Amino acid sequence: MNGVHDMGGMDGFGKVRPEPNEPPFHATWEGRVLAMQRAMGYVGAWHIDDTRFAQETLPPQVYLAASYYWRWTLAMERNLLKRGYVTAEELAAGHALRPAKPVKEKLTRDVVQQGLARNSFFRPQQAPARFKPGDRVRTRNFHPQTHTRLPRYARDKLGVVELNHGCHAYPDSVAAGRGDDPQWLYTVVFDGREIWGPESDPALTVSIDAFEPYLEPA
Amino acid sequence: MADHEHDHHDHHGDHGSELSEAQLRVRALETILTEKGYVDPAALDAIVETYETRIGPRNGALVVARAWNDPVFRQALLEDASKAVAALGHISRVGDHLVAVENTPRRHNMIVCTLCSCYPWEVLGLPPIWYKSAPYRSRAVKDPRGVLADFNVELPKDTEIRVWDSTAETRFLVLPMRPEGTEGWSEERLADLVTRDSMIGTGLARKPGEIAQ
Repeated sequence: MNGVHDMGGMDGFGKVRPEPNEPPFHATWEGRVLAMQRAMGYVGAWHIDDTRFAQETLPPQVYLAASYYWRWTLAMERNLLKRGYVTAEELAAGHALRPAKPVKEKLTRDVVQQGLARNSFFRPQQAPARFKPGDRVRTRNFHPQTHTRLPRYARDKLGVVELNHGCHAYPDSVAAGRGDDPQWLYTVVFDGREIWGPESDPALTVSIDAFEPYLEPA
Repeated sequence: MADHEHDHHDHHGDHGSELSEAQLRVRALETILTEKGYVDPAALDAIVETYETRIGPRNGALVVARAWNDPVFRQALLEDASKAVAALGHISRVGDHLVAVENTPRRHNMIVCTLCSCYPWEVLGLPPIWYKSAPYRSRAVKDPRGVLADFNVELPKDTEIRVWDSTAETRFLVLPMRPEGTEGWSEERLADLVTRDSMIGTGLARKPGEIAQ
């Protein structure tokens, strides 16, 4: 979706301001949110792109005003409600009022280190790769209302395939509830001027990781 | 949910004994999820502790230092970073899809996630706020030299700047250039020169004179 989360190339947000000696969390609740997010992922409550899509569909003014972990909180509440893990009455009451939805085994302290390991997104290939490194491609011009990982700035642009990362779960399908629909994933590189026009820094190149359905031969 | 999502002026910190709205709401959420049997508070404690104390940029710095000292490892890292880092053994589990990209005098690499906040947690820990913020996400792909200036870094005009937008589950680690004057240094000592920002590409490795002796 063409949401405010898709920030590449926007102007007006000002300077980047690094914080010296930044702590991992700025408040206790931030750590709890991160931990709950990981623990609910472990029981299979949602996929990573469900989480992303829940954030993307927050109202733009909320998305921009929220601190990072507050955005996680809002998105997590939405996903818990949408998937029937909690009810609005429970959120209002601050207690469980209804029986739990059955889940896989919950994450316990003794398996936390294994539970925090990053999932693999490799999936069996459904067809041979259509492109190989060195191929010229054009990214598609599409504007779905749903979740996609093709940023707006990189649509309808000429680039070159640089790397093939194998076959991966396809976020556009996963977040739409249509399953993994595995697709080949490539690093595609663009000249800065192809994206930003002739005024662009001539020494700039930008790459994205693009799923095969984002690409056409050029 | 709309009624829950307006006006959050005070969700950044714990202010004294006064509970912020965020604290209250997150605590309520944890209570509900615990009562329903989805999460175990002791496991949540362990997760927080892990990210506060065990996973940080030192992991990545040791990978870089090894690559500087060991050409065979460097090659393996550039070919398959997940495999090479896992083989080092100092990070308990390395996920698939880690890619190392090497800075050279001709090319400087910078990593961003314009769409959210993708970041190589296993080697760098949790991302800093600036990495997840609108200024960085919006400008890195369009004006990386301007972003570098915010970090007091200036590169020659003809150095290619390659910005890698992390739009999938691939995660990128920058292998910065080894500073001069470090010949014969041990990996431990070299790792002290490798800053988090140098592995994101918004900084360079420190020079020997820049660290406390």
